[in-house]
Amino acid sequence: MKNLYKYISVALLVYIHLGGLLLEAPRLNILNETVRALYFHVPMWFGMVLLYSISVYYAIKFLRNPLSDFDLKSVEYANVGTAFGILGILTGMLWANYTWGSPWHGDPKQNGAAIALLVYLAYFVLRGSVDNEEQKARLSAVYNIFAFAAMIPLIFIIPRLTDSMHPGNGGNPGFNAYDLDSRMRLIFYPAVIAWFLIGVWIVSLRVRYRLLQNQLSEN
Amino acid sequence: MILTLLKKELTLELRRKSVIAGIGLYLFSLVFISYLTFSLRHNSINAATWSALFWLTILFSVVNSIAKSFIGEKKGLSIYYYSVASPQAIILSKILYNSLLAVILSLAGYLLFTVFIGNPIQDEALFITTLVLSGIGFSSSLSLISGIASKANNSNILMAVLSFPVLISILLMSIRITKNALDGIDRAASYDELLNLLAINCIATALAYLLFPYIWRS
Repeated sequence: MKNLYKYISVALLVYIHLGGLLLEAPRLNILNETVRALYFHVPMWFGMVLLYSISVYYAIKFLRNPLSDFDLKSVEYANVGTAFGILGILTGMLWANYTWGSPWHGDPKQNGAAIALLVYLAYFVLRGSVDNEEQKARLSAVYNIFAFAAMIPLIFIIPRLTDSMHPGNGGNPGFNAYDLDSRMRLIFYPAVIAWFLIGVWIVSLRVRYRLLQNQLSEN
Repeated sequence: MILTLLKKELTLELRRKSVIAGIGLYLFSLVFISYLTFSLRHNSINAATWSALFWLTILFSVVNSIAKSFIGEKKGLSIYYYSVASPQAIILSKILYNSLLAVILSLAGYLLFTVFIGNPIQDEALFITTLVLSGIGFSSSLSLISGIASKANNSNILMAVLSFPVLISILLMSIRITKNALDGIDRAASYDELLNLLAINCIATALAYLLFPYIWRS
């Protein structure tokens, strides 16, 4: 029963890959078949934000009750969140190359995502430059919370103030505006859930691995 | 308590004249370098470049001057503060003092820019409000980050690395308002951005207030 979510995520991913690549997608100007990137690119961002949020949640838990387990989880969620972010940027660049004409276009969402990654790369640099384990955990937890709160205006507010070139923003065709959207949603929402569950799975493996490593180094 | 600490910061600062002179000279050098590199005596720059240069100058001088608020302090001194004052009072007094410093630096930078590079701003009241708001925002974020960086090795590099991503949202908002002030657009067009800036300031100050005790304890 404990592993139920793993079975669900694998089953959903099989469904998404088959359905996402084979089922009919709406014909939209410019987007054409690249609209299928929705199932693979957008869930990366949902996953990144969710994983970072969980990382912040554990950072808060650590500050309230300094157990090294919370710190470990906080770091690993941030790690996997960063991996999702890098994948999101790469898939987005691939997509932008075919629809916008060049991989990097200075779109506000693109820039916001790059800055979010910078924040967490700085977080890892901070962890690298403190020697004392307990102090490292405390300082990085504080920075995690602070940076996450400072990042929210960038990712959620600023792109909505300016026109983004992303589908569905600033008059660009998105999947909401069309009557075929329900068919895409049938794949999109499971995709978000599946990729997020995969992220949680990777985190749980990494946490167990790190715990074993710690035990070995103690003996 | 906050007022006493604030007064102490001010007297200490006024006593160490070389530090103030250093910050002032840093700002002046930055402005002068942009003046020379763009060889502005012969040609002028457009408004967008002016705003980018201005905000870069302000960003670097503010980061460098606020970095020293915790980084330069001696170990014994912080133990002494720890025993006499609450962490909340310390961070609030630092934020107040740094805001003052940041606002003075931004205004001085504006003055220097006017002298050397020119002043294309059309709506000065709006621009100065932006300077004050962004100064407060910079100082509340940077005070906390300076506290974090002071506990780590190679704190000066870390200060820059940690602070830039956090400051970008303030910077982007300010640049957007600056653009409106440069074009002399009706003020109602900038209210949204001003409110955003104010909200970011509130978030940063509240977080610094809540989180600082955890850094201070170590």
